[in-house]
Amino acid sequence: MAEEKEVIEPLPSLLADGIKREVLAVQDYARLSFEALSDAFTPPFYWNDTLEQMDIIGVGSLPIIVLTGFFIGGVLVLQTAAQFERFGETALTGDAVALALVRELGPAITALLVAGRNASGIASEIGSMVVTEQVDAMRALGTDPVRKLMTPRVLAMILMLPLLTVVSDFVGLVGGFLVAYFTLRLGAVQFWTRAVHALDFGDLVQGLAKPFVFAFIISTVACFMGLRVKGGTQGVGRATTSAVVVSSVILLVTDTFITRLLLWAFHK
Amino acid sequence: MTRAIPLDGREQFSALVPGEPVIIFKDVRIGFDDREVLQGISFETVYGETKVLLGEGGSGKTLIMKMAAGLLRPDSGTVTVMGHNIGEMGEKELLQFRRYIGFVFQEGALFDSMTVAENVAFRLGEEGVDETEAEKRVREALRFVEMESALERYPGELSGGMRRRVSIARALVDRPPILFYDSPTAGLDPVTCQTIMSLILRGRDLQGVTSLLATQRVQDAFGLANFHFDKNTGQILRDKPENNHAVQTPERANRALPERKTAPLKKPTGSTMESKGTSDATGFPSSDGGTSATNVLVLRDGKIYFEGAADALLNTSDEYLNEFLASAK
Repeated sequence: MAEEKEVIEPLPSLLADGIKREVLAVQDYARLSFEALSDAFTPPFYWNDTLEQMDIIGVGSLPIIVLTGFFIGGVLVLQTAAQFERFGETALTGDAVALALVRELGPAITALLVAGRNASGIASEIGSMVVTEQVDAMRALGTDPVRKLMTPRVLAMILMLPLLTVVSDFVGLVGGFLVAYFTLRLGAVQFWTRAVHALDFGDLVQGLAKPFVFAFIISTVACFMGLRVKGGTQGVGRATTSAVVVSSVILLVTDTFITRLLLWAFHK
Repeated sequence: MTRAIPLDGREQFSALVPGEPVIIFKDVRIGFDDREVLQGISFETVYGETKVLLGEGGSGKTLIMKMAAGLLRPDSGTVTVMGHNIGEMGEKELLQFRRYIGFVFQEGALFDSMTVAENVAFRLGEEGVDETEAEKRVREALRFVEMESALERYPGELSGGMRRRVSIARALVDRPPILFYDSPTAGLDPVTCQTIMSLILRGRDLQGVTSLLATQRVQDAFGLANFHFDKNTGQILRDKPENNHAVQTPERANRALPERKTAPLKKPTGSTMESKGTSDATGFPSSDGGTSATNVLVLRDGKIYFEGAADALLNTSDEYLNEFLASAK
């Protein structure tokens, strides 16, 4: 019996195919994200689904945000206090904690935690619906799955992440104050006055603009990964992992550019 | 069919007349990963007809139905449903179009985060039907499939057969003029298969829908071709041979296998529709009625291997078809 020869494709052609696939994926992602956003402005609206997602994303994430926010604030004081003590400037602890939390750590860490908790949930839920033909069933019933599944999740995330970030910032400051009080013997008035005065309008804009962008990235990437699932339950697992990894990487990269842009905008 | 039925109200469908082609496939091809699964499929389904798509697993039955429902687009060829070229319609138009079809998926594809009642009411909710009216229609549809007691249960709590029944109720709740059944009896025990086929028969004969039914079971094809639901007695009755109005155009008769190389086969004895053993071993009393218009289309290697009435399939001497029929024994 003649053996069938395995055809090995040349490397350039394999590379070209790979690049083509990635470019097409980016194109699909952009189209889907645009569609999800534009669907938010035209009927029919799925307000109940949006409220349900706000509950899952917002209320559901609250405990981990509060817990981690508190300890991040605390650890920030522990790390900076040693440096400030060397120069006898422990009073500056409030400034350092406030600036670090509001400008950077609050938005970034909250977004990373929400990505870990919700991007995985969104991708696995939508992915499971795809492999069990529920998304096809939805289309067969005359309902647009992007409008019904993606738009409510994107809206809910955009509304909830900034609020969670504010909570995280506040709880972080409380945690920082408590650690400063017990380790540095820093008074409440001193800590809070310095913390509040250290922040200006630009810092608040920076701290509140980032969550909107991060929320859009997390929700759209998670929905996109879920909607393009192939290969049964294994595919759902892959999509879940990709949703968390890709959204986390993109949001950290984007963070650098937004920070640069906002620092330039507020002349810092 | 040249005229397109406007998709702006159900009353438009009363304009359809028996014998008028509703679903037309013309030289349709589709493939995945360098493999062409369907290689130039052409057929027509007329108003009121049930077309049973028979074929082995992977022969492209589901693809045909998904293309007819606009869930997939063909690589080439045209798919026309109610006068609309599905390949040329945008997704928004397709969503509107799909409100006039019902689709029963192989595993039911029920929304697992919703109760049975919410699943069945899904389309009504999308169409803004009043809640009281929707509840009435949901109960009616669930009563039809004998699942009214499962209103508040979740799909995960139901057996495979029960899920299919709910899926049929979901597809029928809005009384669509066209229905697609994707392997509705696959993986079910014989008794449940009989229940599902009885429901499909009832749906067909009470609502007069045009439908495509994909299956690997020859028994399903013969069940639909030889039985009907009698409105007067409320029973499923066996058709008399002269009352089987299967649509058999000259073109189809020519396409049916011309040569009979072996002796005609006996009817499949393992048919679930024939397993009850009353008069002529059918399990259902005979009647003078019978308005079924059922045709069979057998797919093989991406092409139509046979198209015609169930009787023609039964009497064939073709080796491959014989094998297929033998599998039902």
